[in-house]
Amino acid sequence: MMTVAFLKAAIIAGTPLLFATLGEILTEKAGNLNLGVEGMMLMGAVIGFQMGYSTNSPILAMVFAALAGAIGALIFAFLTVSLRANQVVSGLALTIFGTGFASFAGQSLVGLKMTDAFNASFKTIKIPGLGDIPFLGEIFFNQDIFVYLGYITAIILGIYLYKTSKGLNLRAVGENPAAADAASVRITRYKYIHILLGGALCGLGGAYLSLVYVPVWQENITAGRGWIAVALVIFSAWNPYKALFGAYLFGGLDIIGFRLQGTGIVISQYVFDMMPYLVTIVILVIVSMKKDIRNAPPKALGEPYFREER
Amino acid sequence: MQFRLVKIAETSKKKQTFIFLAAILLALFTTGLFIMFLGHDPVKVYLSLVNGAFGSRYRIEQTLIKAIPLIITSLGIAIAFRMKFWNIGAEGQITMGAFCASYLALNYSYLPRPVLLSLMLLGGFIGGSIWGIIPAFFKAKWGTNETIVTLMMNYVALKWIIYLQYGPWKDPAALGFPKIPNFAENAILPKFLGLHIGWVIALFLVISVHIFMNYSKKGFEIAVIGESVNTARYAGIEIFKTIVLAMFLSGGICGLVGMIQASGVNLTLSKDITGGVGYTAIITAWLGALKPHWIVLVSILFAALVQGSSYIQTAFGISAASAQLLEAIILFFVLGSDFFAKYRLVIDWKGLSRKKENKL
Repeated sequence: MMTVAFLKAAIIAGTPLLFATLGEILTEKAGNLNLGVEGMMLMGAVIGFQMGYSTNSPILAMVFAALAGAIGALIFAFLTVSLRANQVVSGLALTIFGTGFASFAGQSLVGLKMTDAFNASFKTIKIPGLGDIPFLGEIFFNQDIFVYLGYITAIILGIYLYKTSKGLNLRAVGENPAAADAASVRITRYKYIHILLGGALCGLGGAYLSLVYVPVWQENITAGRGWIAVALVIFSAWNPYKALFGAYLFGGLDIIGFRLQGTGIVISQYVFDMMPYLVTIVILVIVSMKKDIRNAPPKALGEPYFREER
Repeated sequence: MQFRLVKIAETSKKKQTFIFLAAILLALFTTGLFIMFLGHDPVKVYLSLVNGAFGSRYRIEQTLIKAIPLIITSLGIAIAFRMKFWNIGAEGQITMGAFCASYLALNYSYLPRPVLLSLMLLGGFIGGSIWGIIPAFFKAKWGTNETIVTLMMNYVALKWIIYLQYGPWKDPAALGFPKIPNFAENAILPKFLGLHIGWVIALFLVISVHIFMNYSKKGFEIAVIGESVNTARYAGIEIFKTIVLAMFLSGGICGLVGMIQASGVNLTLSKDITGGVGYTAIITAWLGALKPHWIVLVSILFAALVQGSSYIQTAFGISAASAQLLEAIILFFVLGSDFFAKYRLVIDWKGLSRKKENKL
C-alpha cells in the first residue's frame, strides 16, 4: 500500500515537470534553446493563480496560465527568431524577467486561498474500467484532470512529431533549416508557433504548482523545476514518451525525502532536498558520456537561421 | 515590395554606442509606460530612484557596497562567457566561497587578523573554484551541458548552507533562532576610505582580469575557444586544460565575492548570502560586453537601480521586485538592439514593380 501511495504521489509531483519538459521539447525541436522555462512557469503560475482567485473558474485559470507562458515565449521568439539574438542569454533574461514578474504580481496573492468549489474541480477522478486495474489503476488512473491532460499531451506530441507531415517539417526546421527552407517550409512561422506552444505548456506546468500541487501562492514556487525540465529534455532524448518516464522519475525523487520520514529510515531531510539536483547532474553526465546518435540534440539547436548565409 | 536583411560587415563604435544607449532609453520608456499603468508618474519615480541611489553620502556608500559584489561576480562570469561557457553557477560559487571563508572565520579566529583574512580570501577563492571546476571537467571531458550543471550546483550549495544554518552551525546563543554565529572582530574586513576594503579588491581584479583577457596567452586562448573549438584545436590549444583553467578562475573570482560579502557586509554566513548577485551579474556581464571597464560602469548603474528601488518601495509602494523587472527589460532591449548593429533592413522597391509587371 505504501508503494502505491508513493508512486501515485510521484506522478502528481512529476506532472509540472512533464508539462515543462514537453514544452521545451517542442521548442528545441524547432531549433531554439529556450532557457526561460523557469521564468515561463512562474509567469503561468502567478497568472493562473490570480485568474483562478478572481474568477473562480478553473478553465479560465488554466487558459490564462497558458497564455502567460506563451507571452513569455513570444518575447523570446521575437528576440531570437526575428532579431537573431543570442539564445542562451535571451532565455536567461526571460527567466530573470519571469522571476521578477512573479514576485511582483504575486505580492498581493500571498496567503490567499482558493474556494472549496474551485479546488473540487481538481479532485481525483477515477477512470471507469482502467481505474479498476489492480495496482496500476490506482497509480495511473485515479488522478486529477491535470495529470490526465499530461498523458494526453505527451501522446499527442509523440504522434505529432513522429507520425504527421507537419511534425516532420518541424523536425527538419530544427535539424537543417536551410534544407527545410528549400523545401518551402516556412521557417519563421514554424519557429514562432512551436516556441509559443512550448511556452504555453510551461505556463500550464507552473499553474499546476500554484493551483493544485501547493495550492497557495508562495514566492519562487517553482524552486528550480524549470531547470530540471531543461535537463529532462536531454535525459528523454527529445522524445515525448520518454519524457513521461523522466518526469515521473524526478517527481518521485522530489517527494522521496518527505515520504521516508516516519518510516524509520534516518537520513537527513537536507540530503533529500539536494537529491533532485544531484541526480540531475549525475544523469546529465551519464547521458553525455555515452554518445549515441539517437540521443543527439536537433542539429541546428541554438543557431539562428539567416537565409542569406546558407 | 520585398523586405530583405543584409548583414553589415562592420559597425562603427559610434553607431554601436548610439544603438546601445537608444536601447536603454527605450527600455526606460517601456517601463515608464508600465509605471504609468500602475498609477504613478514615471518621471517622479525615476527621479526618486536616482535620489535613492545617489541622494546622500550614505546612499552613495550603500550603492557602492552593492556594486562591489556585482563587479567582481561579473568579472568572473565574463571570463567563462568569453569562452562561450555558460556559467550560471555564480550563485553557488559565491555560496561555496562564503562557506570556506566562514569555516576559517569561525574556527581560527585566534589567528592574527591579517593572516586570518588572507586565509579567508584564499579559502573563498578555492571554495568557488572547486564549484567551478566540477562542471568544467564534465564539459571538457564529455561535453556535458554546463548551463544545467552549474545551475543545479547552485541549489546543492544553497541546500548545504541551509543544512549548516539549521543544523551543526546553528548559533546556540541565538535562542533557537536558526542563525550562524557572527564573525569575531578578527575575521571582519577592515574599512578603507569609508567603505570595506572589498572595493580595493574589486579594483585590483578589474585591472588583473583586463590584463589577463587582453594581454596574456591563456586569455587569448580562452577567447579562441569561445569563437570556435575547432579553430582552437587546429591552433594546438589544449582545450581541456584551458576550459578547466578558465572555470578555475571564473569560479574562484566568484568565490571571493562570497568571502567579501560574509566578512565585509553580513558579518556571518547565511542562506541569503548571495542576495541574487549571481543572476544579476549575468546581465551586467553581458551588458558590459564582457569587458572589465564597461562591467564596472554597468554594475554601478545596476547597484544604483537596486538601491534606488528599495527607496521607491517606501516612497511609492512599488515592490522592490520592480528592480528585477527593469533589469530584465533593459537586457531584453539591449539583446534585441544588437540586431540593428549587425543587420540592415533593405526594402526592395524593385521587387514591388516586378510583381506588378508579373500581374500585368
